[in-house]
Amino acid sequence: MIPLEYYLILSAFLFVTGVTGVITRRNAIVVFMSIELMLNAANLTFVAYSSFFGDVVGQLFVFFVMAVAAAEVAIGLAIIIALFRNKETINIDEINILKW
Amino acid sequence: MTDYIYLAVLFPLIGFLINGLFGSKIKNEKITGGIGTAMVGLSFLVVLFSFIETLGLPADKRSRIVEWFTWLEAGGLKAAAAYQVDQLSLVMSLVVTGVGFLIHIYSIGYMHGDKAFWRFFAYLNLFIFAMMNLVLADNFVLLFLGWEGVGLCSYLLIGFWYDRKFDKGTVADASKKAFIVNRIGDFGFLVAMFFIFSYFHSLNFSEVLPLVANSELKPWVFEAIALFMFLGATGKSAQIPLYVWLPDAMAGPTPVSALIHAATMVTAGVYLVARTGIIFAMAPTAMMVVAIVGLCTAFFAATVGLVQNDIKKVLAYSTVSQLGYMFLALGVGAFSSGIFHVMTHAFFKALLFLGAGSVIHGMHEQQDIQHYGGLKKYMPKTYITFMIATIAIAGIPPFAGFFSKDEILWMSYANGGLFFWIIGAVTSLMTAFYMFRLTSLTFEGKERFDKHHVHPHESPNVMVIPLMILAGLSIVGGWVGLPKVFVGESGNWLDSWLAPIFKDATRKIAHGGFHSHFEEYLLMTLTVIGAVASIMLARHIYIKRPQIAKDVAESFKGMYKTLYNKYFVDEFYQKTIIDPLVGLSDKFLFRFTDAKLIDGAVNGTAKVVSFFSAHLRKFQTGVAQFYAAVMMITIVGALFWIILSF
Amino acid sequence: MDFNLSDITGYLPLVILAAVVLISLVIEMYIKSAPKILPWLTVISFLGLSYQSLLTIGKPGSFFNNMLATGGHVNIFWFLFNFGGAVVALITIDYLKKTEIYHGEYYILLQSSVLGMMLIAGAKDLIMVFVGLELMSLTFYILAGFARKRLFSNEAALKYFLLGAFATGFIVYGLALIYGSSQTLNIDKLYEHFTFESKNIVGIIGLFLFFAGFAFKIASVPFHMWVPDVYQGAPTSTTALMSTVGKAAAFSALIIVVSPAFGKEKATEILTPLVATFATLSMVYGSITAIMQTDIKRMLAYSSIVHAGYMLIGLAAGNKEGIDGVIFYLIAYSFMNLGAFGLISVLEGKEEKNLAISDYTGLGSKYPVLAGLLALFMFSLTGIPPFAAFFGKYYVFMAAIRADLLWLAIVGIAASAISLYFYLRVVVVMYFGKDESKFEVTSSNPALTGIIVSALLVILMGVLPGSIIDLIAKF
Repeated sequence: MIPLEYYLILSAFLFVTGVTGVITRRNAIVVFMSIELMLNAANLTFVAYSSFFGDVVGQLFVFFVMAVAAAEVAIGLAIIIALFRNKETINIDEINILKW
Repeated sequence: MTDYIYLAVLFPLIGFLINGLFGSKIKNEKITGGIGTAMVGLSFLVVLFSFIETLGLPADKRSRIVEWFTWLEAGGLKAAAAYQVDQLSLVMSLVVTGVGFLIHIYSIGYMHGDKAFWRFFAYLNLFIFAMMNLVLADNFVLLFLGWEGVGLCSYLLIGFWYDRKFDKGTVADASKKAFIVNRIGDFGFLVAMFFIFSYFHSLNFSEVLPLVANSELKPWVFEAIALFMFLGATGKSAQIPLYVWLPDAMAGPTPVSALIHAATMVTAGVYLVARTGIIFAMAPTAMMVVAIVGLCTAFFAATVGLVQNDIKKVLAYSTVSQLGYMFLALGVGAFSSGIFHVMTHAFFKALLFLGAGSVIHGMHEQQDIQHYGGLKKYMPKTYITFMIATIAIAGIPPFAGFFSKDEILWMSYANGGLFFWIIGAVTSLMTAFYMFRLTSLTFEGKERFDKHHVHPHESPNVMVIPLMILAGLSIVGGWVGLPKVFVGESGNWLDSWLAPIFKDATRKIAHGGFHSHFEEYLLMTLTVIGAVASIMLARHIYIKRPQIAKDVAESFKGMYKTLYNKYFVDEFYQKTIIDPLVGLSDKFLFRFTDAKLIDGAVNGTAKVVSFFSAHLRKFQTGVAQFYAAVMMITIVGALFWIILSF
Repeated sequence: MDFNLSDITGYLPLVILAAVVLISLVIEMYIKSAPKILPWLTVISFLGLSYQSLLTIGKPGSFFNNMLATGGHVNIFWFLFNFGGAVVALITIDYLKKTEIYHGEYYILLQSSVLGMMLIAGAKDLIMVFVGLELMSLTFYILAGFARKRLFSNEAALKYFLLGAFATGFIVYGLALIYGSSQTLNIDKLYEHFTFESKNIVGIIGLFLFFAGFAFKIASVPFHMWVPDVYQGAPTSTTALMSTVGKAAAFSALIIVVSPAFGKEKATEILTPLVATFATLSMVYGSITAIMQTDIKRMLAYSSIVHAGYMLIGLAAGNKEGIDGVIFYLIAYSFMNLGAFGLISVLEGKEEKNLAISDYTGLGSKYPVLAGLLALFMFSLTGIPPFAAFFGKYYVFMAAIRADLLWLAIVGIAASAISLYFYLRVVVVMYFGKDESKFEVTSSNPALTGIIVSALLVILMGVLPGSIIDLIAKF
């Protein structure tokens, strides 16, 4: 039996990796993937706690998060495509006409 | 009638609603003006009957609270639309509605033919409504509602002729300045209110004020409350350092200057300090500040008034100066003298402004007294009434101004000291001088206007009759407060009428010093002789030898320039407060954090800015990512803080 | 399982709104005259639901194994969302036509977002909070990018989406930690199990991450940076929705989940300074930065940040008065901003024309009614009595004073003194500006109706704040 802490540390590490990805990558799609990584880190925490407590609610929550994440992908990609059609770039640092 | 005192508040509101909603449809000046005036007249009658009724009651039953409806109540805080009818609020509301009524009548003539005649009356009615709430309120919240309401009306009315030029800017600038300066004062008032609530858990006068006298709280609490409240009063009542808006407020129509910026609204600060007198009595330092600020303002504004050439500007500075007297009175603990001066000042200053309006009306909007002269034969009624007001403000017995001003000067000597008296007396001499300078240049001497184009004429009766009534009041108005040295302790009717309101505060201050009658007679005689001498001097210079004035101005050029430009205070504020504040927003927060950090465009306006932005450019991986980085940094910082505080 | 069909009256509004969403989808697909039907169906159902919410306000209930609650504050929020939604729909009708971005989905998304908000406000379980939040946020992302041919709108949508999803990541992780520290996702049980005194650092961190995620949604400094860009870039009717009822929904989550933590000793000690700091930063930064703005939507975005700061004061106070004050403030703020954005949408021309404050020069003489209404909303936003926001501020400041946070109230007053400057500038430009306005306004009766209703509510709340706060405080 692997202790709970191992899962938690792994998920925290994944979460930080995700945050770092969001802040450092230029491509909007990669940034978006990093956000998914953050969500999955949270999911892992949920599942770990859930199995540790022997309580099913945590795993239930994970299903909701996954469903929502799927919806988010659909919307996110649609927004990115719409932008690409007009601007022909998805580098976030070039998308800055709204400022100050 | 006291039970129905809310009618006095309601009538002007009805007038506002009728004129505001349907005024533009009615289009008939007689109807709109008539409604506006009648509503204020009705309101005056209600107050008058209530006053007569209260007169008949024994002294300890005169203070009553008339609850209209509960306005808001939440968690121990209750603010009702309840009106405190007592000696103080009755005097104030008589002045507000009485003088207000006369000025409404006058306005029918003055505003005749204006394209927004109905709007003017709607605003005036709204003003009376707000002002009545202010003086009658039985709690700070309702008082604040009135306080803001009169500020809003003042703003709207100063900017009434918004498309005209004024001074170096526009009328709009003047109204904006008034509003913004007043908000600085409001900040002080609100802070004081929150202090009171946090220490007394109530904002009702009848609950807070009785607690103050026997309170165990630390003195600094009262000092803080009093000083913040006084900050509010300096904004509304145009005292140093926030007086700058009042001279500019003259951009509004003259009846507005008379009603709002001379007779009523500007005295709201005096009323506030008097109403909360007990708090000030507990705060000796704050009292000292009030007295000194009042004295300085009185003196300072009088010196500026000596050289101004715009008829309304002279009167504006004179108003600032007279308000200074009122605060001097409050500061030395002579609360009833302060209110007395509020009353007499309302009569003669409203008269002066209305008279000035009549002159301006007759001179085709010319306001520069250098282009007047010899007007008395063209407008005799205006001349006589204006003269009466001038004598009243100069402090010549038995006119109204003499009694109130003399009482203040005497109290400042008795409670403050010789220094206070000397400055106060010198100010009063200057007042006599510049007021007679004004009348001499306007009504007497050579006619300095172009007779081919300007045809001075007397104003219509609808304007002259209010002048006459106010002239009568300027003569007899002071007789309600005859000096005690003449008539004995109980002979001063106003003082004994107001005494129950201020008894706690007066007891707290209680000055033990004994002063002989001889001293009082001596000082009184000195001021009167001085005033007469100044008047003679002013008449001599400005009627017979105008050359002297020019010579003096020539030989003291620097000083003349300083006075003429009002000590350059406006310029000083512009440089030290307004520019840096705009600069801070523009250069630092707007351009630096937003433009520099995010956009990465290093314009290098200042070395520091470029230094920081050069280092912070590392964040510039992209716009949205910078936002995310800020979020993350905040969260990390907060997490550290959480972990450390465990 | 206690599933009782008679309970349905409590959560009926949710069922009806979900049904309306589905019906609207069908109408949009199969009926030719959908552009005429959909807007009015939306308005009518919103109005009906807001009425229904008020009717059942006094009937508390909890459903689905204590997942959802109704009655009291929940119904007040439901009323706010639906009524606000109705005003937004009224504003939208002519706006979509004018800017040539009409698609029937706009109304369907509008309905869905309100459904999400209602779920948040009624939540008794963190799962419901999450689902409601995502339903609302995802529709907002689409609505922000609804003008898909316009670069402004695209960019606003992308920024909002990426940052919003980023914030959601923090919320979910926070929820995971809360779950780990208390073994439950039910909000009532959560606080029974939540022992703050012991080493429950995980729980506090989770709660803070949750708070931070929602601080993003309510636009509090330093999580505010998306706000000016998105508010400016999104279609004005969307901005009206996001900045008002959207913010109210996020606040309702904070009220439900975070506010019970105040009063527990360790949590108060740690959270109060943090919340107070964010409130201070929002008020000061927002009001100073707003001074230099030239675009009116951007100026109102900064104003929205300042108002978030005021409302956080009520939350930081952590007492009942504070919460009541925040709810009052939210209602007041929502209708002020709905009115203001509604007017902006009416005045706006094609392709982002007429959005600079200087474009409003001389509006006062040309369109006195529109200018008068805008002036009213500006005065109200400033916090001048007797308009609604004054009492909102008053209640939260009073609550702060009771909680010994006098300094916070003083900062708030100082900020509102500064904020006077940028609100008043709009009024000054409209009334005291020299030249005549250059543009023509195509009048819109539905939008004007919505705006006037908002104005009446703002005045009503200013004149009779007592009875409204009484209603809120009763629960």
